[in-house]
Amino acid sequence: MTTTTAPTRSWYKRNEIAVTPWLFLIPGIIFFALYVIFPIFQSFWISFHEWDGLGEKTWVGTANYERLLGGDRKFSISFWNNVRWLALYLLAIPMGLFISLFLNQKVFGIRLYKSLFFFPFVISQVVVGLVFSWFYLPNDGLFDIIVGTVGIDVSGGILGNPNTATYGIIAAGLWPQTAYCMILYLTGLNAVDPEQVEAARLDGAKGARMLWYVILPQLKPATFIAFVVTIIGALRSFDFIAVMTNGGPFGSTRVLSFYMFEESLSEFGFRMGYGAAIAVVLFFLMLIFIAYFLWSMYQDEKGAR
Amino acid sequence: MFPTPIEKRSRQWQLGYQALLPVVLVIWLLPLIAVAIFSIKPEADFVNGNYWGMPSSFEMFTNYGKVFFESDMPRYLLNSVFITVPTVIGAIILSSMTGFALGVYRFRGNLLIFFMFIAGNFVPFQILMVPVRDLTLDLGLYDTKMGLVLFHVAFQTGFCTLFMRNFIRQLPYALIEAARVEGVSEWRIFVYVVLPLMKPALAALSVLIFTFIWNDYFWAIVLTQGPDSQPVTAGITSFNSQFRAAYHLMSAGSIVAALPPVAMFFLMQKHFIAGLTLGAVK
Amino acid sequence: MNSIFKASAAALALGVASTSAFADAHSLAGELRIVSDMSNPAPRAVMEGLVADFGALNPDLNIELEIVDREAWKTQIRNALSANAPDVVNWYAATRMTPYVDAGLFMDISDLWEDPAMDALASTKGAMTLNGAQWGVPYTYYQWGVYYRKDIFEELGLEEPATWDQELANCQVIIDSGRKCYTIGTKFLWTAGGWFDYINSRTNGYEFHIQLANGEVEWTDERVRDTFANWRQLIDMGAFIDDHQSMSWQDAIPPFLNGDATAYLMGNFAVAAFRDGGLTDDQLDFYQFPQINPDVAPAEDAPTDTFHIPAAAQNVEAAKAFLLYVTSADVQGEINGGDALGQLPVNASASVSDDKFIQEGFEMLSNNASGGIMQFFDRDFPAEMASAGMEGLQEFMVFPDNLDDILERLEETRQRVYQ
Repeated sequence: MTTTTAPTRSWYKRNEIAVTPWLFLIPGIIFFALYVIFPIFQSFWISFHEWDGLGEKTWVGTANYERLLGGDRKFSISFWNNVRWLALYLLAIPMGLFISLFLNQKVFGIRLYKSLFFFPFVISQVVVGLVFSWFYLPNDGLFDIIVGTVGIDVSGGILGNPNTATYGIIAAGLWPQTAYCMILYLTGLNAVDPEQVEAARLDGAKGARMLWYVILPQLKPATFIAFVVTIIGALRSFDFIAVMTNGGPFGSTRVLSFYMFEESLSEFGFRMGYGAAIAVVLFFLMLIFIAYFLWSMYQDEKGAR
Repeated sequence: MFPTPIEKRSRQWQLGYQALLPVVLVIWLLPLIAVAIFSIKPEADFVNGNYWGMPSSFEMFTNYGKVFFESDMPRYLLNSVFITVPTVIGAIILSSMTGFALGVYRFRGNLLIFFMFIAGNFVPFQILMVPVRDLTLDLGLYDTKMGLVLFHVAFQTGFCTLFMRNFIRQLPYALIEAARVEGVSEWRIFVYVVLPLMKPALAALSVLIFTFIWNDYFWAIVLTQGPDSQPVTAGITSFNSQFRAAYHLMSAGSIVAALPPVAMFFLMQKHFIAGLTLGAVK
Repeated sequence: MNSIFKASAAALALGVASTSAFADAHSLAGELRIVSDMSNPAPRAVMEGLVADFGALNPDLNIELEIVDREAWKTQIRNALSANAPDVVNWYAATRMTPYVDAGLFMDISDLWEDPAMDALASTKGAMTLNGAQWGVPYTYYQWGVYYRKDIFEELGLEEPATWDQELANCQVIIDSGRKCYTIGTKFLWTAGGWFDYINSRTNGYEFHIQLANGEVEWTDERVRDTFANWRQLIDMGAFIDDHQSMSWQDAIPPFLNGDATAYLMGNFAVAAFRDGGLTDDQLDFYQFPQINPDVAPAEDAPTDTFHIPAAAQNVEAAKAFLLYVTSADVQGEINGGDALGQLPVNASASVSDDKFIQEGFEMLSNNASGGIMQFFDRDFPAEMASAGMEGLQEFMVFPDNLDDILERLEETRQRVYQ
């Protein structure tokens, strides 16, 4: 410390590169931890209690889970509806691909067409749900009128009939989701390597074979994202159900996310512990897909550096 | 290009395609066209069962006038603006910082924190619902716009961080190194070197988040109640109970509610699609 | 929505109802915070008028009134009572009070009920009593019953039915004329609860109905099955409109207005909607739900809306004075009048509006409801039982063959809920 030629750099200056990222991260991490990470664990904690949201929580161990998995019919209906959502919602991917192939041309005004086809995704699910519920009205709804002309009469209307209601809601959900997948594929098709396509064409590939062997492999990133957002969309389905059927008729359109909300915060709810247990089950269901997504991202990251 | 460009096909094909496009579009947008027509119909049409035919009279001004002057719609719209805009600003600020930290620096735990943000972003809302509601209550922010904004900012930070970090990774790293050699401090690098380059990402995220938050319904009903602070998505459902079976008014209300994100989309289309399709191409 | 009525703004007061009970009360001071769920236009005006009048009587009292959405309040009340509680809130009578009484969030105001002025409310005391104490005061109630199209009845030569057999015979005539007997919209479930309340109490009596609500009878009990068997007679005839599970109670009004259905089992609040829809008093009439079992006295659904004082209230003195004021005869007559709430006053000495339907309801509840007063399915049954129950009732109305399954499920729920 005897030398006076250069003033000692401050601790911060010396460690700038190591400290800066943390300074930049702290606000984001605090917010995210407070509102996202901790609540996950709190929900786990609550799910082992009986709690009406007012008084003290009562520890009940795994009782909520035992009831949930031990034959709660509302739970099994919700679960199987979730499976239906997952399976049928994925139709958005081929449908989106189909429309994007149809639109991937260069004719006058095609840009406007593409935007208009994408339109449904921009509108809130609440509005889409409302519109579809009018479309499905018994007797006066366009759907009933159209199928009525070929002699089919769905008793109670699509949304009033427990056998058709869930499918009716999924169809409404598919509309914006297909638009989303379409835009992903349109972007993907833009980036398809024209030389490979030409080469394949010279080899005599066309139509479906071309699509399967040449185009689809190049669209893999788009397919991956479409898959992820569709799965998440399917498991998050809440708005449509709340707006279109409110879980009815007699609970036949419940899914886990709706059931959870109903148990916890609806007019006759406030069984927070049981609701939390449902949320935990839903979380683990989603975790399968999250893990898959993170794993494939990790593979990319390893490849990148 | 795949499929085969239409220009290379015969004249008939081209004409057929051009004719088919508007037909398919109309079918695709049928539900929207229906609401648009609903919203200019007189009430009598619904009483007489004329749901899907031509309007018997043109009532656009009456219907939209009612929505704007005889309902809480304007308040809900304003609430949505006051919820959405601060959320966009907050999430963008936080995530450009986290994105910068995760994208530029190499340190232990980098990938772990990054993955935490991504994973949190995909979590089902329901597992957050009760604790977040309690937290908001404890903060005294229940049924306030601020309570909703804080949560949205926190949650959207996850998605935005993913986006920003990947975008920053694609920037030329040499620029940052050059600045360091010049002795520019790290935060100045962020403000003067990186941020200007991130304009496209900031624009893309802004429109995306705007649309997401504007259309949010779940958190609106969990964290707020009533026209004091609820956004328009929740407002439209109370509209629904106020004017039940008044399809003409509900249609007009729905269109008003849907307009801002639609306008945003058409004005900022390029950025919007760039944001949505991030990662769809390598 | 905040409307702050400064006492100094008493000039705003609508017709001041000066009542003897308060003129001499020593003046109240400080701040009185009221949260009300009277958010529909007419009730809102009533509430604002009440506050203005009460403020005029108590110039030193600063009253702050917050009116919240009626539906939202059903979930919001929990937070309002626990954090920064106001001094007076709205709620509902009977079992609906239980969670807040049990959690110690409502104040025991049994002492208020000892005030001689409260004797005029004796008939409502039971609905305000839980665990042997009173937890609030009522301010209005309304009858349920069958609203029907008098013009169509006359056209078909039908009389108001007094017994179940007459009811079924009437209904057959109506169906033969190409109409439905009853409109109903069960999308939001509670409307089916009204049907159950009536058929069950007419079949098995009020006591049994309340035992069922209190979880003391099994849902698989033979007597419950009798209730459903009676209900099923109507369902099998095709008495109810189709597709009711996709309709709200408001959606179910048009079939009634255009004559596709001739009657509607509803609360008196629906009359305004019928009149708005163009029905005149010549076309619209009311009858009491017919007798089924001649051995049981008729019980009636007459839901009561209430005021309570939160346990954490700051200005208890002013809050109690306000409750006494609201229940006093003059105020009761005024707020329940035809141009105000248009419902029944809870105070026996209050004047009753001369509206045809309010008069009929008053008459019915005073003289012909000896069985008892029910608060309605979703207020008499505890929350979880009520929601499972109403869902089962809706399913029964659509698929009556599922009854065994439905009852088993409800029984399972009962065993869990009441333990």
